[in-house]
Amino acid sequence: MIWPIDLAILTLVVVAAIGALMVKDLLGASVLFGAYSFMMCLLWSIMGAVDVAFTEASVGAGVSTVFFVAAVFRTSRRTRD
Amino acid sequence: MKIIGLIIVVVTGALLIYAAADFPAWSDPASPASTYLSPHFIEKTMEETSVPNIVTAVLADYRGFDTMFETTVIFSAGVVCFFLLRISRREEEEPETRYYRHVLTGVTIQLKEGYKIPPSDDFERIDAAWTPPDLIIKTGCRILIPFVQLFALYVIAHGHHSPGGGFQGGVILGASIILLAISHDLRTAVRRMSEKLMAILCAVGVFIYAGTGALCLLLKLNFLDYSALAEVLHVDPITARSHGILIVEIGVGIAVMATMIWIYNNVSSAGRYRQGL
Amino acid sequence: MTDLISTVIAKYNYWIYITLMMIGLYAMIAKNNLVKKIVGMNIFQTAIILFYVSIGVKKGATIPILEHGHGPDAHHVVHAVDYINPLPHVLMLTAIVVGVATLGVALALAIRIYNNYNTLEEDEILAQIREK
Repeated sequence: MIWPIDLAILTLVVVAAIGALMVKDLLGASVLFGAYSFMMCLLWSIMGAVDVAFTEASVGAGVSTVFFVAAVFRTSRRTRD
Repeated sequence: MKIIGLIIVVVTGALLIYAAADFPAWSDPASPASTYLSPHFIEKTMEETSVPNIVTAVLADYRGFDTMFETTVIFSAGVVCFFLLRISRREEEEPETRYYRHVLTGVTIQLKEGYKIPPSDDFERIDAAWTPPDLIIKTGCRILIPFVQLFALYVIAHGHHSPGGGFQGGVILGASIILLAISHDLRTAVRRMSEKLMAILCAVGVFIYAGTGALCLLLKLNFLDYSALAEVLHVDPITARSHGILIVEIGVGIAVMATMIWIYNNVSSAGRYRQGL
Repeated sequence: MTDLISTVIAKYNYWIYITLMMIGLYAMIAKNNLVKKIVGMNIFQTAIILFYVSIGVKKGATIPILEHGHGPDAHHVVHAVDYINPLPHVLMLTAIVVGVATLGVALALAIRIYNNYNTLEEDEILAQIREK
């Protein structure tokens, strides 16, 4: 456990989460959500939860992002907040 | 609404912060979560199941019942997406103008309603929003996909000794087909893996899991008690538990793979399999 | 003062999980766009998973895969202190996969709503319902 990396990633996670909700474009929000998921995955592998990190890397950062992009492609990118 | 939301969130946050003050210190070995039950699992897993990865052992053996119904949840999510989005072929109106592409020359033909092309393999049906596929992406993905699938099979098979297992392997297998759909088009992916096959595989995965449990029941032990498989597999009961875990992981892998592709196909094409991402 | 700072740093994971949970909850309640609400739901879910994983951490312990060899006398004596608590990991592993399944259903619903109302904004949908 390397605590400076831990603190840095924890801060980045919050930034990515706020960014995903603030950005005024749904495609950007999906991509930022993917970044958020991947950051979470790093965090869990630092904490030693390798199985959870692996699942999050494949499910959260991979397939979830694809689902979001597919849904945005089928609807619209427009958002007001 | 925003102000009410903010008030609710701040109140909840304050309560959580108040509660967090009483939590045991972070990474404390003597915290209640890691003192009562978990030492048993850590110390006995190797003796009882001969699986070094404790997470896999607990997931598929000790908590096998839970995981079985998680698989059922995934299966039903796939079915729900299908029912919500899929437009049946009868209701789906044929667009007035259809587009065909001559494969050898790359000429695109536009057909009005009522006209047909001569029956020939040289023409392929394309979407209205069709763009010429990028050669580099297409070739790159075609080279990449077999390795992705091989890695997925490794993850499923090696889940006993390294991080991985049915869920992760299934998702990676599904992702390889989704990669095919993204790099080529949905038509190609559906041709390789038809909707019917996907629905059947979804059910087969859950069936393998529940069937293993039922087999244990038939062999006069409890539901999902894999040591009953020792008679069938001709090994000692402890190794039988390890093999039983592998069998149900394969079931989980098949179900998860099929569900991921199924959900992707439905979401990316909004139920019309003709025009996808 | 140093006391306070040391508590803040010692439980940094818990504070971040609370922050993320608040962000997710706020997005679910106050955001107007349906896809943003779904993103909020996922952030909320990941925050809870972060909490559970943080509970399982032990100082001076390694990942929960037992050291082992092959052959008849390969069994080491296993001490529980040496390995991270695996139980939260198991619970959360299934939660992530079920999370992506619910995400699929949520997006399917959003697409159906978009097909009917041609918008993803909540207030515009409500206005269209009231007009009818």
